[in-house]
Amino acid sequence: MIEFTPRKIQSSFWTILSPIISITITILIGSLIFKILSYPVIESLYQVFVSPFSRPDRIADIFVKACPLIIIGLGLIFCFKANIWNIGAEGQFILGALCAGSFALLFPETKTYTLLFSMFLIGFVGGAIWASIPAILKVRLNVNEILVSLMLVYVAMLFIDFVVRGPLRDPMSFGFPLSKVYPDGAIISKVDFPFIGFLGQFHYGIFIILILCPFIWFFINKTLPGFQIKIFGSSTRASEFAGFNKNKITFYVLLVSGGLSGVAGVIEVSANMGRLQPEVSFGYGFTAIIVAFLGRLNPYGVVIAGIIIATAKLGADNAQMVLGIPKVVTGIFEGMLLFFLLAGETIQKYKISIRKDN
Amino acid sequence: MTNNLDAMTFIEVKNLSKTFDQFLANDSISINIKKGEIHALLGENGAGKSTLVKCLYGVVKPTDGQILINGNHVTINNPREARSYGIGMVFQHFSLFPALTVSENILISLDEKITKKYLEDKISITAKQWSLPIEPTKKVLDLSVGEQQRVEIIRCLLQNPKLLIMDEPTSVLSPQEINQLFKVLRKLANSGCSILYISHKLNEIKQIASKVTILRSGKVISSTSTSKISTTSMAEKMIGKKVKKITKISKNRFVNSPNAISINNLDRKKLSQFGTELKKISFNVKYGEILGIAGVAGNGQVELMNALSGETLGDPDEIIFEDKKIGNTNIKFRRSLGLEFVPEERNGHATVPDITLTENTFLTFYNTYSKNNNFLDNILLSSNMSSDDSISIINDNDVRCPYSNPLADQLSGGNLQKFIVGRSLKANPKVLIISQPTWGVDIGAASEIRSKLLLLAKAGKAIILISQDLDEIYEISNKICVINNGSLSTPKITSKISATDIGILMGIN
Repeated sequence: MIEFTPRKIQSSFWTILSPIISITITILIGSLIFKILSYPVIESLYQVFVSPFSRPDRIADIFVKACPLIIIGLGLIFCFKANIWNIGAEGQFILGALCAGSFALLFPETKTYTLLFSMFLIGFVGGAIWASIPAILKVRLNVNEILVSLMLVYVAMLFIDFVVRGPLRDPMSFGFPLSKVYPDGAIISKVDFPFIGFLGQFHYGIFIILILCPFIWFFINKTLPGFQIKIFGSSTRASEFAGFNKNKITFYVLLVSGGLSGVAGVIEVSANMGRLQPEVSFGYGFTAIIVAFLGRLNPYGVVIAGIIIATAKLGADNAQMVLGIPKVVTGIFEGMLLFFLLAGETIQKYKISIRKDN
Repeated sequence: MTNNLDAMTFIEVKNLSKTFDQFLANDSISINIKKGEIHALLGENGAGKSTLVKCLYGVVKPTDGQILINGNHVTINNPREARSYGIGMVFQHFSLFPALTVSENILISLDEKITKKYLEDKISITAKQWSLPIEPTKKVLDLSVGEQQRVEIIRCLLQNPKLLIMDEPTSVLSPQEINQLFKVLRKLANSGCSILYISHKLNEIKQIASKVTILRSGKVISSTSTSKISTTSMAEKMIGKKVKKITKISKNRFVNSPNAISINNLDRKKLSQFGTELKKISFNVKYGEILGIAGVAGNGQVELMNALSGETLGDPDEIIFEDKKIGNTNIKFRRSLGLEFVPEERNGHATVPDITLTENTFLTFYNTYSKNNNFLDNILLSSNMSSDDSISIINDNDVRCPYSNPLADQLSGGNLQKFIVGRSLKANPKVLIISQPTWGVDIGAASEIRSKLLLLAKAGKAIILISQDLDEIYEISNKICVINNGSLSTPKITSKISATDIGILMGIN
């Protein structure tokens, strides 16, 4: 029988070693899968793991891909720390993009960035309003927030689809479901690095993470509301005993998380698309759930986790383009990586020994 | 091996040891239980009683040592094997399904297959034979705790046990039920069944057992006949030092002190499916007075505690503190008036297990830390003040920590309770409402906590004590009332209410 004994002190040895082991096992099993499916093993591994880092512009694109994941993930930290299960970040992301986009299209000739800043605000409010629906239902009627937030994702998807096919469709789009192009003042421009120039799609929106991440860390760890969120999530009865307002916490964590998802939506559209289209998110809201947990609900961890997941996604893209390996196969990699990273966490927390049973 | 003495022995344990990780829970324990003997196992929490019994019942496997039944070496791998050797056990926490009937509950635990009808007859016969009245078709959720215990006992008796292990059987019973249980146990013993009786209540052991084995830190300290040992020396052997004579603090004699808190017709819905509804509860407590609320667990104590603390709210005039109507105010506001609370559940209610003691101090003190009530003071965590306070709580109350500022769940139950009580005293309350303050706490710590409560009352504060421990209630309260099925009896002066009266008020004949 295998026995798990909780470690009293976290072993720093295993903290370092376990991710290394996890990645090694993923590579080994992955090679086996490539071998069985008769793809060139070394070449495949190169595309999945190395090619995202092979050129500076590719490295820059990792950050572009990671940006929405990280911003949504940072918002989800609030909810998940409080044990509130917001599964609908995808919908809040879409609503943020949609609200800000509709606003931007009202001022077609604007060139100043005041417009962009107002869009951030409106995007935040849009996402927060979308999240406030499960929040109000949870607080008032004790409706399960998982179901409501998830179902609202589909409502949001259909709604943006309707809007870009109907009211906001560009008459010049030759029948494509696209809105007009955003005015200049609503576009987040790419970064023109000194001496290097543009690097892939690297845009100014990414820098918002540099502000958000330490701020959220400080808020969670050093302020009373952050403390209340942690206690509420760890023990509801104790937080009521302390006199924390249960409904307020539930409401605000959903609002903040929805708002940040909305902001992520604004950035994604303004930086990479420049107009509204039926598909503004590619599952970022769902992937960010994994990012939040992989980052262990720590803001800095979420940044690292976002980069890891984005790398895996880009590697998968490259493998498909160069070698024709279907995304489902490379998707297995993502799954395995997650699985082994989480399994590795078990080794950090528990001492595992094998006991002989007669 | 076949001499007369051994023929009398049912089970013999030789040098049994059990280690968990590096912790030696049982250190070469030897114990000898004769046929038809009531053998008490005495020890503080963590002395190794449970581990030993679990080894006998096959729940855990000993690391070393032998078990002999009727002189034969045996290994007991699981409870089923234990039952086949004639060992039955009644756990402290019953393993019954509330939604099933008595007979269904017994049926699912039986090793042989029989029909329900046959079993119901068998239960009725056994119940009559041992005078353990029980209705086999009743659902367990409709049974009192005492009745549930009878179900567990009958479940064991159906297997014709040679040894019945009882883990702290009286902690949930009224005085009358205890007497009834003792009669059954004596009858069983007379019929030749041995009983291993686990307890830390010394008087009970004197009363029921013929032999007592005392454990301390996993070792047998003494194994002797109960007639040859006094309760004081049992206590000394159990805790390993002279019982500290705490300067007996006499009860406060209040005469004309003003009213501190009045409860008027307090109603509350039940908290959960198996909770209890509170029905028109009314009482007053004066400054300097300790009101003891006795009662068997699950009769509304948790609901009452939540209503008094403000975790559930009602009409304003249900609770009046001095002259303020506070029935609809939250716990934070009540604390700011000078009320303090110690709920029954230590982990996850009074404290959060996975945060440090400093943070746990902050948990109930944060309101007092915002000095000027300005925005930043309210928002930023003031860790200096809570760490000063937690250090003084730890020092004043002799809380023993494995290292400085540990997580709450790193403390033993008794030390955590000392911390929680200390934290409520540190707040310098006018009224303290405290539930099960010494539940599962060792004798030394328990008597310290009680004397602290007496001192608080001496200082003119009011205390509401909700407790299942009748001795405790008698020892420190000025007035006693009983909570039964959500109703509260009229408080009576302690000297004018007997244990029998209390048993009747508990609603059990």
